[in-house]
Amino acid sequence: MRGRILSVELVRVQERIERIAAEQGLTFFPVVFEVVDYEQMNALAAYSGFPTRYPHYRFGMEYLQLSKSYEYGLHKIYEMVINNDPTYAYLLEGNAMLDQKLVMAHVYGHADFFRNNMYFAHTNRRMVDAMANHATRVRRYQERFGIEVVEKLIDACLSVEDLIDPTAVFLPAAPRVEAVPAEPDPDEAPGRMPAKAYLDRYVNPPAYLEEQRKRVEEEKEHSRRFPARPERDVLGFLLAHAPLANWERDIVGLIREEGYYFLPQRQSKVMNEGWASYWHSKIMTTHVLTDAEIIDYADHHSGTMATQPGRLNPYKLGLELFRDIERRWDTGQFGPEWDACESMAGRAQWDRQLGLGRAKIFEVRRVHCDATFLDEFLTPEFCQEQKLFASSEDPKTQRPVVSTRSFDEVKQALLFQMTNGGRPVIEIVDANYANRSELLLHHCHARVDLRQDWARDVLANLTLLWRRPVRIDTVREGKPVRLSHDGTAASEEAIA
Amino acid sequence: MSRIQPDLNRFRDIVRGRVRDELRKHLGQQELFGKRGGEIVSIPIPHLELPHFAHDFGGRGVGQGDGDDSGGSKAGKDPGRHILEAEFTVEELAQLLGEALDLPRIRPKGRDDIDSRSSRYTGVANTGPESLRHFRRSYRRALQRVIASGAYDPLRPSIVIERGDKRYRIPRPRREPRANAVIVYVMDVSGSMGAEQKELVRIETFWLDAWISRHYEGTRTVYIVHDALAKEVDRDTFFRIRESGGTVISSAYELAIRIITDRFPVDDWNLYLFHFSDGENYSRQDTEKCMQYLDKRLLPSLNLFGYGQVESYGTSGDFYDALDKHFKSDERVALSRIPDREAIAASIRSLLGRGR
Repeated sequence: MRGRILSVELVRVQERIERIAAEQGLTFFPVVFEVVDYEQMNALAAYSGFPTRYPHYRFGMEYLQLSKSYEYGLHKIYEMVINNDPTYAYLLEGNAMLDQKLVMAHVYGHADFFRNNMYFAHTNRRMVDAMANHATRVRRYQERFGIEVVEKLIDACLSVEDLIDPTAVFLPAAPRVEAVPAEPDPDEAPGRMPAKAYLDRYVNPPAYLEEQRKRVEEEKEHSRRFPARPERDVLGFLLAHAPLANWERDIVGLIREEGYYFLPQRQSKVMNEGWASYWHSKIMTTHVLTDAEIIDYADHHSGTMATQPGRLNPYKLGLELFRDIERRWDTGQFGPEWDACESMAGRAQWDRQLGLGRAKIFEVRRVHCDATFLDEFLTPEFCQEQKLFASSEDPKTQRPVVSTRSFDEVKQALLFQMTNGGRPVIEIVDANYANRSELLLHHCHARVDLRQDWARDVLANLTLLWRRPVRIDTVREGKPVRLSHDGTAASEEAIA
Repeated sequence: MSRIQPDLNRFRDIVRGRVRDELRKHLGQQELFGKRGGEIVSIPIPHLELPHFAHDFGGRGVGQGDGDDSGGSKAGKDPGRHILEAEFTVEELAQLLGEALDLPRIRPKGRDDIDSRSSRYTGVANTGPESLRHFRRSYRRALQRVIASGAYDPLRPSIVIERGDKRYRIPRPRREPRANAVIVYVMDVSGSMGAEQKELVRIETFWLDAWISRHYEGTRTVYIVHDALAKEVDRDTFFRIRESGGTVISSAYELAIRIITDRFPVDDWNLYLFHFSDGENYSRQDTEKCMQYLDKRLLPSLNLFGYGQVESYGTSGDFYDALDKHFKSDERVALSRIPDREAIAASIRSLLGRGR
């Protein structure tokens, strides 16, 4: 699927843009551009940019969608870039030179983000090779065990692909065997301090001793549970503890690996596109564009930034927010003094001429993900200026309508969308439920119920992996409920 | 073959229900809305989403802008204008047919040279008729001019398009390969052909059309009906018309010969002629005349002559036997009998099974 190398002209453009990007302070792995035609581009996009993925029909489905919508002129992929060292990026054959320049500048923004954002720090920078290995392994299993058997397992894994722990990458790796504390003397009451007999009543009050005894009991009870603490990395848990054959374990492992690889891209869509747009705009308008190109550039740029009804454009939101942050830190519109200023005129004219904007946005792109980015930097003024709104479906017409423009509600809705990728938080609380090796999950309910039919199907898929009944505790219409699946049929019961 | 192809085929197999039947419940349709020639068309695309734990919101979200969706061409605005396309394109259906009946590919005869007759409005020029003015390009030129001259005021942006700014669409010749085909359908509409017989012909021609078109860049069709006299009609009439009277098959062949010599010179076209009849001709002499026409005038220029005998109750014409006797070993001639709907598949296979 590899495309062609660049023409001499494009190589010159690349060298120039790379130099400018570096001068502006962007740092990146070497960037390799390839020129591909639209069919190759659609196929690459179906594979999320990788030249090779394991065989699976959903890539075919993606391709079908992309090529149909390309055929009807509904979209055109200008650019694609993969987080890898070297960073691979693709250019669409036959695009105007101006478009290619813009795309290159945009790609350097992404390349810098991949390299420097801390959420990407753990990602495998040799993922192109890893994906090719995955493909080889899955093909081998398919030849050996049959396409259908392997595909069913992959489907089951994909159905819980998002049940990984987004915070796990920042935790130290758990020790394989937990240290066993020395057994306390069973005769000795816990918490008792050595004391002379006549002082004993005061040094070790009976109520306190009773409390300690209970605590120890509880701890014991707790340590009998497995896992000891709720586990969000469901795939990782299955990998370690489910009764799987080796090839099955390998597939669960590789799906989980890919899940963790793609996780930061889902966590930082707004920032990543915003950062890349900020830089294509900066590089193009201040260094690269010729006078003759400016209108065409503006035309293309505004097309990318266009907002559509009912859809949030991450390019636009990210770019505007980065610009807003730069402006605020240039003028000093932050900190307690700024917050305390209540005069509209004072706020409007506020300019401390700090010039910290550029440094601030570089810091932001290093330490934030979308959720923290929006939580930290979304201001009521920005919200109003950008005309953000929250929408809901009109029950009568079933069309989306603006429900509010209030800052708090919009922000909350946005953050909800961004938290955990907009997916519900699910944990394993007990892997030996009822002492029958059944798996008990818990849905950390946050105002919104689970989609029930899917939840049942996911449970069914989990039984394929766990080989024992699987249950989930959730809340439906305000009442706690437990959904179960034993591998053949689903059931549910109300719980206290 | 590109790397994506096996995944695509696998997905299609799932959509068609050939494999992984348990996935069908997750299969739905996604609609894309496209524009073709000013019409909004809906493009349904099969979509399969594996279940995962998800929130059950009723259409809540966050947006940006005026909250007015007048700019978008969304569904539901004017449902009357939707053209719903079938889940399968004719192209895909033809492929299915080919797989099901194990049909050989047609090898177009003739030259592969390039012909540049057709053209499309893809070019842009500085002059042209006003009706072909390219507004976007013209506006952009005007904008560039106004900005360059320093007269642009962002607060009162008025752009006047002058003569020099105007851009027009112009046709660009398209180079097309010459593998074109013309299919001539001839149907006997004499009194003995009933509605059911015509239905058989209609179904059969649809599949013949689909399969042959698949192998050529451009396909034209010609419809001829005949009883005692023959005339050329359009597609609609071809299937609806109910004539009565006798049957003189040679009249149709005469007309076919005239149309082919006048409009479709054999050097430029791959010619197909399919004839459907109940096989009862007016006289032996006429049948003999038909054989002469076929042998001397038609067959030399045809890729394939197909004859399908749709048999009505109890009657069985002898035209089939006459053809069989004369052209038994001629590979340009394919014959079949179509007594009922079940026979259509077999008939298509015998008509198209030669890969001509």
